[in-house]
Amino acid sequence: MTATTKTARVFGSGIRRREDPRLLTGTARYTDDVALPGMVYAAMLRSPHAHARITRLDTSRAKQAPGVVAVFTAADTESVLKPIPCLWLVPGSDLKLSPYRPLAKDVVRYVGDAVAVVVAETSYQAYDALELIEAEYDTLPAVTDPEKATQDAAPELHEQAPGNVAFHWVVQGGDVEAAFRSAEVVVRERIVQQRLLPTAMETHSAVAHYVPVTGELTLWNSTQNPHIVRFACSVVTGIPEDRLRVIAPEVGGGFGSKIAQYPGDFVTVFCSMKLGRPVKWTETRSENYQATTHGRDHVQDVELAATRDGQITGLRCTVWAGMGAYLSTAAPGIPTILHGLMLSGPYRIPALKEDVYGVYTNATPVEAYRGAGRPEATFMLERMINRLAAEIGIDPVDVRRKNLIPPFDDGFDVVTGLKYDSGNYVGALDKVLAHVDYRALRAEQARLRQQGRYMGIGVSTYVEICGLGPSQVAGAVGFQGGLWESAIVRFHPTGKVNVFIGASPHGQGEETTFAQIVADELGVEVTDVKVVHGDTDNTPMGWGTYGSRTTAVGGAALAVATRKIKAKAMLLTGHLLEAAVEDIEYESGRFFVKGTPDRYKTIQDIALLANVAWNLPEGMEAGLEATSFYDPPNFTYPFGAHVAVVEVEPETGRVDLKRYVAVDDCGPQINPVIVEGQVHGGVVQGIGQALWEEAVYDDSGQLLTGSLADYAIPRADQLPEIEVLSTVTPSPHHPLGVKGIGEAGTIASTCTVYNAVIDALAPLKVDAIRMPLTPERVWRALQPSREGA
Amino acid sequence: MTLPVTITINGRSYQRQVEPRLLLVHFLRDVVGLTGTKVGCDTSQCGACTVLLDGTAVKSCTCLAVQVDGSSITTIEGLATEGRLNVLQETFWSKHGLQCGFCTPGMIFAAHELLRHNAHPSAEEIRHGLEGNMCRCTGYQNIVRAIEQAASNEGAA
Ligand code: FES
Ligand code: FES
Repeated sequence: MTATTKTARVFGSGIRRREDPRLLTGTARYTDDVALPGMVYAAMLRSPHAHARITRLDTSRAKQAPGVVAVFTAADTESVLKPIPCLWLVPGSDLKLSPYRPLAKDVVRYVGDAVAVVVAETSYQAYDALELIEAEYDTLPAVTDPEKATQDAAPELHEQAPGNVAFHWVVQGGDVEAAFRSAEVVVRERIVQQRLLPTAMETHSAVAHYVPVTGELTLWNSTQNPHIVRFACSVVTGIPEDRLRVIAPEVGGGFGSKIAQYPGDFVTVFCSMKLGRPVKWTETRSENYQATTHGRDHVQDVELAATRDGQITGLRCTVWAGMGAYLSTAAPGIPTILHGLMLSGPYRIPALKEDVYGVYTNATPVEAYRGAGRPEATFMLERMINRLAAEIGIDPVDVRRKNLIPPFDDGFDVVTGLKYDSGNYVGALDKVLAHVDYRALRAEQARLRQQGRYMGIGVSTYVEICGLGPSQVAGAVGFQGGLWESAIVRFHPTGKVNVFIGASPHGQGEETTFAQIVADELGVEVTDVKVVHGDTDNTPMGWGTYGSRTTAVGGAALAVATRKIKAKAMLLTGHLLEAAVEDIEYESGRFFVKGTPDRYKTIQDIALLANVAWNLPEGMEAGLEATSFYDPPNFTYPFGAHVAVVEVEPETGRVDLKRYVAVDDCGPQINPVIVEGQVHGGVVQGIGQALWEEAVYDDSGQLLTGSLADYAIPRADQLPEIEVLSTVTPSPHHPLGVKGIGEAGTIASTCTVYNAVIDALAPLKVDAIRMPLTPERVWRALQPSREGA
Repeated sequence: MTLPVTITINGRSYQRQVEPRLLLVHFLRDVVGLTGTKVGCDTSQCGACTVLLDGTAVKSCTCLAVQVDGSSITTIEGLATEGRLNVLQETFWSKHGLQCGFCTPGMIFAAHELLRHNAHPSAEEIRHGLEGNMCRCTGYQNIVRAIEQAASNEGAA
């Protein structure tokens, strides 16, 4: 038989993505593209008030409207739908849960809280009928700022949570009081991590098809984690999991906003259960901005203690983290586990303490948003280091160098209790500085300052936590599930392969990179491997795609499964070639007896022979298929160093981002083109936070940035080329050494750009401006100094 | 009230009765069932719905089906000919100009429009030409590269 001779290794090559042809031709099917016979359309009536008592809800006129099939309110749903569970119950935090109902009952708590649903033959008719629902409210005082919500006079959202505190969590290590008592220098800052709108280009959508006679539900859902949706849907609707099939078809971006279990999904399911017809609900963009979860929303008071020569001795902070009106699926874990435990970053910080208050506010619930907790930690550290550098008159790069953890390749214990897996932070920093020629940049800055121009340089070093995570740790930190991933590798008789995974990529390209893993391990062509995901009926259980964990955990599961296949192939080859299995070797797609590489079996030969099973060794089962449920022994910790160069125009406050360079280390790269794409997208999303994006509520709790006309996501003409470089430090515990790259860019770029702007304005004595750094904000910040000038 | 319209889409004529308020994008997606054209906003910002109307790129959420009666539309489903990808589809693929793919149909038509007016745009001109189209995944960089590549492939052809 012929064997494929491999010239270049497929692991590490930037091949084109297998998912693209269908996406490029309009063949791909997203949730809103699903059309079923007899399908009807749902539209939600949402509260126009941030906080109010519902005094009247009359649906009778709406029910008479043309095309309307049904109108439901909480009075209809409450006997069927249970409250939506929060799935991250952070221990030791005195968590105050309050019922999160699919349709609000009696009281609405944010603009967008759903109170009724109309189902009609067309979506236009459904929206028309919404106007005919007579809803009246007694408005109540509202609060949207997380810190203000904890103050004495603040209105309370839930009787279960006095003072609106949903939880209070503390992380500490070392003797922080002593560190501050003996500090030579202390710098302080109040940082506002503004609320953001994730803005996946596809809004959230669900199509529910319940068949009364079988009691079976199929739910197409724009989600990052179909298996969690099935689990939660079963809890909320009572439909047994075995009758419940969740399909995440093509998903148009998530960035964390498609982790949550949404009220609208369960209401849509309810409608289908009641009507016995398929029901579709798709958010409009304006609805998406109210109903889909938001990100960030921290107010942070931070203090850093250090010596005069720049050695950090302690970090202390208090964070008020806005949770919005209800605790979304993973929300409590984000400002705590994913934020607080990463507070020492890539630095040796001997003592730290953080108090985190998760706070109910009259705003849309907050969830993970790209980076989820780590950008808020990284920004805090990188700000404080620059502030320290300014205070003691040392270059910020030198302060970083002084404090960076030295290179390590197999574990480093940090003060928060985590063990980082491997890192070479200085290496990444050196690389980025050499690439930009840092000294020359500083010289140019000095020259421009002479001319009255304000150039700024931002440098940051970061480490983040990915590959969530060991399930034992998940349990210990209150995650209501495991965090392993699964893969099934199935060889067909012709040597073609199907891979079934529990995770659910939605744009990250794992159909390609996972095929590369199989091809690399077993010597098949990439094009002979098809990766199947997103359908709970034909994939093994998995926890989903978020926290840059699909390759870091799911990829490990896949590697382990392919190695099981390889072990079976060795046994079968030994049997067929009449040799002991210990004497069988594998190289480039061939299995052969040591010393006689010309007599060999390919994996395709083995696939055929194992499947026909005419001649198997005693006790061997037929087929060539392996399953792995992989529970990682530790998290992975990607890291890097970024540089931004800006010029600020003081007359207008305009920030011109001139250059952006990223050095990231995610371990070995399976497909460097895809890695680069992840960095581009991530960096730009973080730049958006630094310069343009903010979800703005007015005092009454109205969302002022309620449409894509008001909320400024980055556009092509506002951005420079992102220069992408990398270093490679394998994870010691991952079977392929890989770490994850989905969020790195976002984690690093916000603070890098922010620090560059503040650096530019140093001669004008501006040392902080609230994000985003819009021309108006920058201009206003400059007014006192310019008046004085 | 409904009105009759005849609209040619990807070379095929469709005669339908539609409500006067029906948006072209909903005509394409819901009436004709061509779901390749996407809806990303309700304020005509995102460009996901961009199609060709008599050869010119338009946002199909900004016009009514009745307004384009008698016109000819090209959607993403009609861009490849006889199974061969159009040059922009090819270069978006080879330059990794898409991730989730949701903005892609609109991006490709925006790029098509740009190249119609300027066969050899600079990177900066491309970025300006994409002002009306939003992508949340790619940071635009590989989209710019894909369009540059398409421009040079066309030039070579
Ligand atoms: S759908 Fe956004 S511009 Fe048309
Ligand atoms: S590829 Fe996802 S929005 Fe552009």
